[in-house]
Formats: sequence, C-alpha cells, structure tokens
Amino acid sequence: MLAKRIIPCLDVKEGRVVKGINFVGLRDAGDPVESAQRYSAGGADEITFLDITASHENRRTLFDLVDRTASTIAVPLTVGGGVRERRDVSELLHAGADKVSINSAAVANPTFVKDMAEAYGSQAIVVAIDAKRAPGQTDKWTVYTHGGRRDTGLDAIAWAERMAEHGAGEILLTSMDRDGTRDGYDLVLTRTVVDAIPVPVVASGGVGTLEHIYEGLEAGGADAALAASIFHDGHYTVAEVKEYLLAQGVCVRPPERD
Amino acid sequence: MTTGRVAIVDLGLGNLHSVAKAFERAGAKPELSTDPDVLLRADRLVMPGQGAFKECAHALAGEIGEAVRSWIDSGRPYLGICLGMQALFESSEEAPGEMGLGIFPGTVKRFAKDLRDAEGHRLKVPHIGWNQIDSTHPVFEDGEWYYFVHSYYCVPDDESLVAATTDYGGPFCSAIARDNVLACQFHPEKSQHAGARLIGHFLGDVSWS
Repeated sequence: MLAKRIIPCLDVKEGRVVKGINFVGLRDAGDPVESAQRYSAGGADEITFLDITASHENRRTLFDLVDRTASTIAVPLTVGGGVRERRDVSELLHAGADKVSINSAAVANPTFVKDMAEAYGSQAIVVAIDAKRAPGQTDKWTVYTHGGRRDTGLDAIAWAERMAEHGAGEILLTSMDRDGTRDGYDLVLTRTVVDAIPVPVVASGGVGTLEHIYEGLEAGGADAALAASIFHDGHYTVAEVKEYLLAQGVCVRPPERD
Repeated sequence: MTTGRVAIVDLGLGNLHSVAKAFERAGAKPELSTDPDVLLRADRLVMPGQGAFKECAHALAGEIGEAVRSWIDSGRPYLGICLGMQALFESSEEAPGEMGLGIFPGTVKRFAKDLRDAEGHRLKVPHIGWNQIDSTHPVFEDGEWYYFVHSYYCVPDDESLVAATTDYGGPFCSAIARDNVLACQFHPEKSQHAGARLIGHFLGDVSWS
C-alpha cells in the first residue's frame, strides 16, 4: 500500500534556512544541507527547498546548495522559488533536484507547465498553488502569486484541475490563511482539491501539532504532508511524527535506523 | 567490495545526478557515458530511468541500444531502473508504435484511470511515493519500502521473470531478475538505506539468477 509522505520544507535565502510568519520577520535557522541530512536520517520521505532569495543573482548559491544536498541525501528533493523559465528548470534538475516547483510562472504562462512536463516528464514538475479563502466564502479560494502578495482572481480548484491537465505531476497546495498560524491545514480546501484532481496533492500551511498532520492526511485526504516550523523549532522529529501516525493507523514508511 | 568499473548509460534525456551519487556513496566510481565503447569496457552497466518511453526508444534505436543488447548477451551484470526496466520489453502504451529493446517478451501498460484500492478509494496516477514490495527473491527483502514515481509498469509475458510485486490497485511487477539482468520500477537511488542495500547487492558478488 502506498504510504502517505512526510515532507519537511526548508525556506532558504542566500544559502541559509530562514523562518518567518507570513513571509515576514525572517530569522536564520541554520544550514540547509545539515538540516536536510538530519531530516532524511530521521525518516523524511522527501525534502523540499523553497528559495525565497529576492534577486536572480543569488541563484548560483541555490544551485550549489542543491548539488551539495543531493549528493548527501538519498530521498527525493523538490526545489521551488523563482522558477520562471526553462533554464531555471533544467539548471535545478541538473544540480540534482528531482522535482521543480513552479508557482507564479505557471499563472503568467500556463503553457510553461505543459512544455516543462513534456520536456522533463510530469514526475519532475510540481505546481505550487497558494490559495486564500475569498472573503465571506466558505468554499471558494483564489490563487495568489509572488509570495502571497498578488491576487490573481483565479479560482483555486479550477486552477488545480487545469494544472493537472497541463501535466503537473503533483500539486503543492498551501493555504495562505493558515500558513504560519499553527492552526492546522485548511482541511476543506485540501479535501476539495484532492477530490477534484487525479494527481497527488501535498498539503501545506498551518501545521502546529501532530494531530494537524493526521487530519491533513485523513480528513483532508492529502497524499503528503509538508511542514516547516514544527520540525525546525525542534517541537517534533520526523520519527516522532511517523510513530504517532503509525499508532493512529495511517500508512507511513516506518523510520529507518541508520 | 570489488566493484570494478561501473558505467551509467546516459541517453541525454534526464538527470542522472542522483544515480551517480548513489553509486559513489556505495564506494563505486561510476562513469556516465554515451559512448558504446566506454559502456562495453565496464564491468557493470546501469541504465537509469530517463524521460519518456518515446525519446528513450529513439535513443536506443541507435548504437547505444546495440551496445546494451550485446552487453546483456555477454552475461555481465545489468541494472535497469524505472525506464531502464521498461526499455527491456517490446512496447509501451506510453508510445504506441515505438519499440523497446525487446530483450524480454512483454509490454508496458498504464495504470487504469479509475484505479481503486481494496476499500474502493480512488488511487492517484502517477504512483508517487514509498511503497512496499512482496518478494521471495534473494536480492530483495520482502516488505522493504522503496520510492516509486511512474504511471506505467511492465507486464512480462513470462511470469517467472517477476522478482517482486507491489500493490497499487492490485499487484504489479515492480522488479524482474533473470541471469545477469536485474531491473526495478522503483528508484534505489532515492530509496535511502533500502536503496543503498540493493545497490550494494548489485555491486557485490551476489548472484541474482
């Protein structure tokens, strides 16, 4: 039986892990390669890097980081942030990323996703969707881009469907309302997207407790749970998350001993 | 461990970084090459999953394909990963009309669109993530977890080729073994310690025929 995946996410800026709430108030949280190794050794099923470096000049730092990380960990590595053109995708894959996550560029040019999926295979192309509840609505979300600053007006569910049709191998779904709050995933949003599309959904945004991860995978139906701060802050190890989920009867890959 | 020379077939279609790194971690010095002479001089040959079946078939229609075929005939160890497993068969639903190497009779099929598990829940395609194998084969550990990412799977005509199966809406062939040929649908290079152990078996003196 296919296991639900646990994916620690590292926000990186200029080669360092950073943390913040709602994309502001960043502080240094260590070396990404060391963090990735620690999570991998603890049983992380994949690792995700989101590059929040503002300028394109710092991309070399990211490629170097991806190369060093991919050389030391033996689980899949997804890298996103600032992926705008074919060269970005090819350079990240060449540096050792297994998947590249596309966000704003997909909205600017949906055909880009199709072209990249055809060129590199759907398995290498993730589309990241930052969704925010429309004011006063309980079951409608719109897509935001540019780190959550720009409202595209696109309906998040229809957008997820379209991206799956364009060849996205996976959707990384972040609730803007929950991101950084530790109130748990937006379960209605997650479930709605999971039920709407044929490709796997990675839930993101809002995890503060072990129960939140359980809810995202069960009630939300997500194929994978992505979380950042509960791991970085040392609240829980990946192994603790997995032991908890196994005890709840969720199918996860048990942590391996080194 | 005496690994000898390990060559990785580079069809120019995908990222071979993780495969090369996995072999380096296992103590080998793998050489990525497109040159049939270099490939044929090695002691072990690895063909990783790369791109789509159509492009792979085109790349193998030339002299690299001939080199792989003669390699397998020579009896030296071959490891196929993902598309490097699928390419051993005759054809694939991914690219009707394209020919694989045809080392083994059989075809490559796509998971059904309305795939469901035993409880009736819809299963997503591609099959992405960690899943277990059922195997009684000495190279594989029964119940071991490996990382998969694929929409297509091999259906050998000869069922005795099957060395492991995995459940995804029913069992599918997740590894084959015959004489000097070992091939798996999952990715040992991304399967942490379990993957490293499999690569160790391939580099060691274990016989998998």
